[in-house]
Amino acid sequence: LCPLQVVWSMLGNRQFCSYKMTTKTQNFCRNEYNLTGLCNRSSCPLANSQYATVREEKGRCYLYMKTIERAAFPRRLWERVLLSKNYEKALEEIDENLIYWPRFIRHKCKQRFTKITQYLIRIRKLTLKRQRKLVPLRRKIERRENRREEKALIAAQLDNAIEKELLERLKQDTYGDIYNFPIHAFDKALEQQDAESESESDAEREEDEDDDEDVDKREFVEAEDSELSDFEDMDKLETSSEEEQEEEEEVEEKASHSKSKGKTPLKGPARRKRPYIEIEYEEETEPSTKTKAA
Amino acid sequence: AGEGSAPGSGDGAGPPAPERVLFPPTFSVSEIKNKQRRHFMFLRWKQQQRKEKLALKKKRRKEREALGDKAPPKAVPKTIENQRVYDETTVDPNDEEVAFDEATDEFAPYFNRQTVPKILITTSDRPRGRTVRFCEQLATVIPNSHVFYRRGLALKRIIPQCIARDFTDLIVINEDRKIPNGLVLSHLPDGPTAHFRMSSVRLRKEIKRKGKEPTEHVPEVILNNFTTRLGHSIGRMFAALFPHDPQFIGRQVATFHNQRDYIFFRFHRYIFKSEKKVGIQELGPRFTLKLRSLQKGTFDSKFGEYEWIHKRREMDTSRRKFHL
Repeated sequence: LCPLQVVWSMLGNRQFCSYKMTTKTQNFCRNEYNLTGLCNRSSCPLANSQYATVREEKGRCYLYMKTIERAAFPRRLWERVLLSKNYEKALEEIDENLIYWPRFIRHKCKQRFTKITQYLIRIRKLTLKRQRKLVPLRRKIERRENRREEKALIAAQLDNAIEKELLERLKQDTYGDIYNFPIHAFDKALEQQDAESESESDAEREEDEDDDEDVDKREFVEAEDSELSDFEDMDKLETSSEEEQEEEEEVEEKASHSKSKGKTPLKGPARRKRPYIEIEYEEETEPSTKTKAA
Repeated sequence: AGEGSAPGSGDGAGPPAPERVLFPPTFSVSEIKNKQRRHFMFLRWKQQQRKEKLALKKKRRKEREALGDKAPPKAVPKTIENQRVYDETTVDPNDEEVAFDEATDEFAPYFNRQTVPKILITTSDRPRGRTVRFCEQLATVIPNSHVFYRRGLALKRIIPQCIARDFTDLIVINEDRKIPNGLVLSHLPDGPTAHFRMSSVRLRKEIKRKGKEPTEHVPEVILNNFTTRLGHSIGRMFAALFPHDPQFIGRQVATFHNQRDYIFFRFHRYIFKSEKKVGIQELGPRFTLKLRSLQKGTFDSKFGEYEWIHKRREMDTSRRKFHL
């Protein structure tokens, strides 16, 4: 019985072959000299005395051959031939070296050689493009940095810092005339003046109040960016009573609120309440001022 | 140890400890071999320590009240910011050399109002949804910015094209595992390039109690805590992203706050309720940055001249030392 047949009947079919990898549909051979990669009677380098493969090393392709004469010398078993870099020339070299060999092996060698050259070309092309450098994350360091970031966030007290900065800028007058917050002393003086002016002449008082009103109105206007609507609102107040006026104002301010394209945040109406209160006690004389102004 | 353990062993595991337990000075809780008894003694020792501490506090407080006005001022607790190792490159506001440097560095044209900032925002290859959305939101926050997608183009080739089209800054957001994790900020006409590690990115929908969308108004910029020379240059880089004249009507403010080398970015809308009170409402995305390297020229990883690189072994040795 032919020894190789025995080998195959043992390894390939029945007993254990360490190179054999089975999957659901196919058997693969992990032997590095295998020509096709499958586990077949004709592809097994162990069960064939005359065998050839093409392998590449560092970008150069070699033809490996095994003949039965050297079967007793494992060291010299595989003969290696360097193939030329030129594709067609290399194919000719394969043909030359495997001249009287079985068709199957010749064909498969050439196919394998073609595949190898194709992937070598691809490697060379990819190395020219940008390489992505993978930097491994160090777990300990990542954890340390995340923890430190959390602590820094707590220490930063961002909201307070931002608010302080904004108030500083307000004090230093970077906003100019937009916000008209009288300083406390001036506020008190203003109130005193109003208290006094009730006993003084009407004209002066009206002018003051007018100015104050206009100033307040201007506040609204600039924040709202809708001048005309506000003035219209103010004008409508003439005809109705105090409470109704206030209600209308509130309603219309809120309406114009929703009209404006979301420039004012929800805190707008809350802010509005204060000026309303001021207007309250001023409106007692408003009808008279309005008629005079008009 | 024998004397001490006798009452201990007599007590066993259950009965409550007497009020005043006096441990003889040679007694050590760790010398008892029995775990249960040892645990029990340790708890008693702990209680005693706590009582002593409380008593000490009360005494101090009483003394303080007794002294009234003459009491010594309260000790200021040590914080990391207090204990910070003094950095010799800290900028003194009156330093002329620094002022001169800043007048002649790459940002001088911006600060002299010769250039208008125009920003190009892009990502690394194949950005995922989160990164894309983040880029869009960033583009709304920074006025005059455009988002372009990089489809495999090399940065080195994009940069000359950007310069030709008058862009002043380039932002590249690097992505890893579907989240943005790095930011490269490059000032274009051969300006410095800063590479940051980005973390805690929150998109607009993830921010609680946020307001409506940021509008087109030019926001104000707040730069907090950039003290050293390095911090100063980074601060100027951030400032150069935004146009010079903020529109106060919009009442929006973008904040870059540096704390312990972490730069927190926030975008708020503010409103002055009175001259002492201001309310802020957060809109817009938020993220934190940590500087990894600063390069002199534009983006060039191989041949660039690095002004500063974070070297872990040298720079992370002290917990009280910060570089920004």
